[in-house]
Amino acid sequence: MKMSGAQMVCEAIIAEGVDTVFGYPGGAIMNVYDEIYKQNAFKHILTRHEQAAVHAADGYARATGRVGVAMVTSGPGFTNAVTGLATAYADSVPMVVISGQVPLSLIGTDGFQEVDAVGISRACTKHNYLVRSIEELPRVLKEAFYIARSGRPGPVLVDIPKDITGEIGNFEYPDKVDLPTYKPRYKGNDRQIKKAVEAIVTSKKPILYIGGGTVLSEASELVRELAEVTQIPAVETLMARGVMGASNPLLLGMVGMHGNYSSNMAMSEADLIISLGARFDDRVTGKLSEFAKYADVIHVDIDPANIGKIVDVDYPIVGDIKTVVHRMLPMLREKANPDRYQVWRNILARYDELHPLSYSDSDEVIKPQWVIERLGQLLGEKAVITSDVGQHQMWTAQFYPFDRPRQWINSGGLGTMGYGFPAAIGAQVGVGDEKIVVNITGDGSILMNVQELVTAAENNIPVINVILNNHFLGMVRQWQTFFYDKRYSETDLSFQPNWKLLAEACGGKGFDVESKEQFDKALQDAIDAKKVAFINVAVDRFENVLPMVPAGGALYNMMLEHKDK
Amino acid sequence: MDRVRRVISVIVANEAQVLARVSGLFAGRGYNIDSLTVAPIPDSDLSHMTIVTRGSQRVIEQITKQLHKLIPTFKVIEHDEMVEKEMVLIKFPIEEKLADIQALCSAYNGGIVNVGSNMIIVMAADDSKRITHFIEAANRYHPIEIVRSGVVAMER
Ligand SMILES: Cc1ncc(C[n+]2csc(CCOP(=O)(O)OP(=O)(O)O)c2C)c(N)n1
Repeated sequence: MKMSGAQMVCEAIIAEGVDTVFGYPGGAIMNVYDEIYKQNAFKHILTRHEQAAVHAADGYARATGRVGVAMVTSGPGFTNAVTGLATAYADSVPMVVISGQVPLSLIGTDGFQEVDAVGISRACTKHNYLVRSIEELPRVLKEAFYIARSGRPGPVLVDIPKDITGEIGNFEYPDKVDLPTYKPRYKGNDRQIKKAVEAIVTSKKPILYIGGGTVLSEASELVRELAEVTQIPAVETLMARGVMGASNPLLLGMVGMHGNYSSNMAMSEADLIISLGARFDDRVTGKLSEFAKYADVIHVDIDPANIGKIVDVDYPIVGDIKTVVHRMLPMLREKANPDRYQVWRNILARYDELHPLSYSDSDEVIKPQWVIERLGQLLGEKAVITSDVGQHQMWTAQFYPFDRPRQWINSGGLGTMGYGFPAAIGAQVGVGDEKIVVNITGDGSILMNVQELVTAAENNIPVINVILNNHFLGMVRQWQTFFYDKRYSETDLSFQPNWKLLAEACGGKGFDVESKEQFDKALQDAIDAKKVAFINVAVDRFENVLPMVPAGGALYNMMLEHKDK
Repeated sequence: MDRVRRVISVIVANEAQVLARVSGLFAGRGYNIDSLTVAPIPDSDLSHMTIVTRGSQRVIEQITKQLHKLIPTFKVIEHDEMVEKEMVLIKFPIEEKLADIQALCSAYNGGIVNVGSNMIIVMAADDSKRITHFIEAANRYHPIEIVRSGVVAMER
């Protein structure tokens, strides 16, 4: 069929089954926006900043498992999107970002709003394209979606010069992609799988080390079954919260810098680490030379480059978690003896009794952990939770009872402040209005995309932002307390906006909370209002996230108890 | 950790950006490039890159995996069994002893390739190590300019 490049973009979006696109127009992408205006097969949500558009597409993708789509113009529109791309890349989020570019004839002339988008984004996309002719546009769009969602997912940028979106060409959307150089391996090697099963069966202190790849692979149920069949205890990374389910007796908790004691001791003392879609991030391993000294490692990952990157691996398995675990299960059902690990489970239970995850609550001041526990009690499995970056993020990961994958959405790899609110908007659009979406944030982070109040209000997206307000850039303040002799350099946020007024000025609801009772009421009112809301909760200013493995320290050397200050 | 020298052949789609993707990978991840050559493979839409790098065993393994991960990468070849050659061009003033230079060249698979009114250009093609020796020997004849090609390699 004959149509313009701009129409082709829309047709591809429709063909890929995308129901909502997030974006921001400008000169170089106007042809596409003109076509968006003329159609109603998908919705477009105008964010108030390109970074937010990309985070929203990212939140949409993480909440639904579908490919998120964002659209921006050239030059500053694109550069504003870069943080969003890098965030999605770090957490392997399937996403296609379409950017306008100056016309082909102007490329390389330092034209108005020209920037080398593919050059800038090369290191923070899974792949990127500068489209060079209308003939290749349908194929490029097809490949972009395919690459974004297949193998180890990731963001793909398609940069389209303005003259190409204006040009008429022949559109036939390919059924299949033909990429001889790109063949992700899903199945896993038979022999390696057998050997790994053998290692599990003969180990005494095995531990399941579950990462975000498990979520991406939709493998949660199978991984739970694996644990159930073998009775092997499990730890989750920050990205994997929800995979095992909070009430699962085999789940020790989160592992790493702010993981709980039993999880980190399990990694330190295990004789076999079974890594499923995790990547031995430095926030998990602590000091490498001290990490898991007694353990052999089974590493299942779809990305071969993850295997052997940080630690030596004894049983490498390149493949999709779901497929590989599915193939392991019958062998383990036959061979594994759950009793074999009883002593080990007892040891770990003892560690947990010694130093359970805890905080000391107070009647005078609201503890941030209390707010999260309370949210967990009131909303539990019903809510989708996003967060920004800082102490509130770690407390959420520690204390919210996540019950299912895709319930917990946060920027783990890049740690992008300003991620939470737009991601919550995208997640809400993805899961629909019946689900409650809460962004747990800090008084620092929320201001990094606060303009999205307007987007949410305009589009009736009832995201609830719970601001754990400590009048500090809390996480940085915590490091200053511990490691910089309490020199609070540029972390005091005593000067504050009026949060209630700010929310209301933009068409949302605002609540100031200074007691536990007020919190319950504010939350209920916010839910009933069905409007974007700020719940500004005054919390203990100097609360610290514990336990903590100081950066570069050994995983088993943790700062533990909450001592009264 | 022991740093080893490695010759890696990368077969990539011959398309825009591909050289930037490869060199950007090395720059971004802090890998070393001793030399890099690239040319299209005849009668195909592929190019052959030869990269000489050095690093610990773990780094070399990461390099090959990261190279393979690039979408346009077709194949990465990295092992001991590589036949490798390098070429060098050297320009001498015409006043130098031509017979000696000629003799030196033939010892390194080379010869005179161009003669002008005030200079001669010679070339040699050999193993990298021998090319280095050749250059050392040639230094005696006051070379004006030396250009090395970088390594090309082929699997045995
Ligand atoms: C864009 C960005 N800039 C800076 C940082 C460094 N950083 C990490 S946590 C943090 C403090 C966050 O403060 P706040 O949002 O108030 O959360 P809290 O730690 O107080 O819960 C900062 C500045 C970051 N992660 N992202």
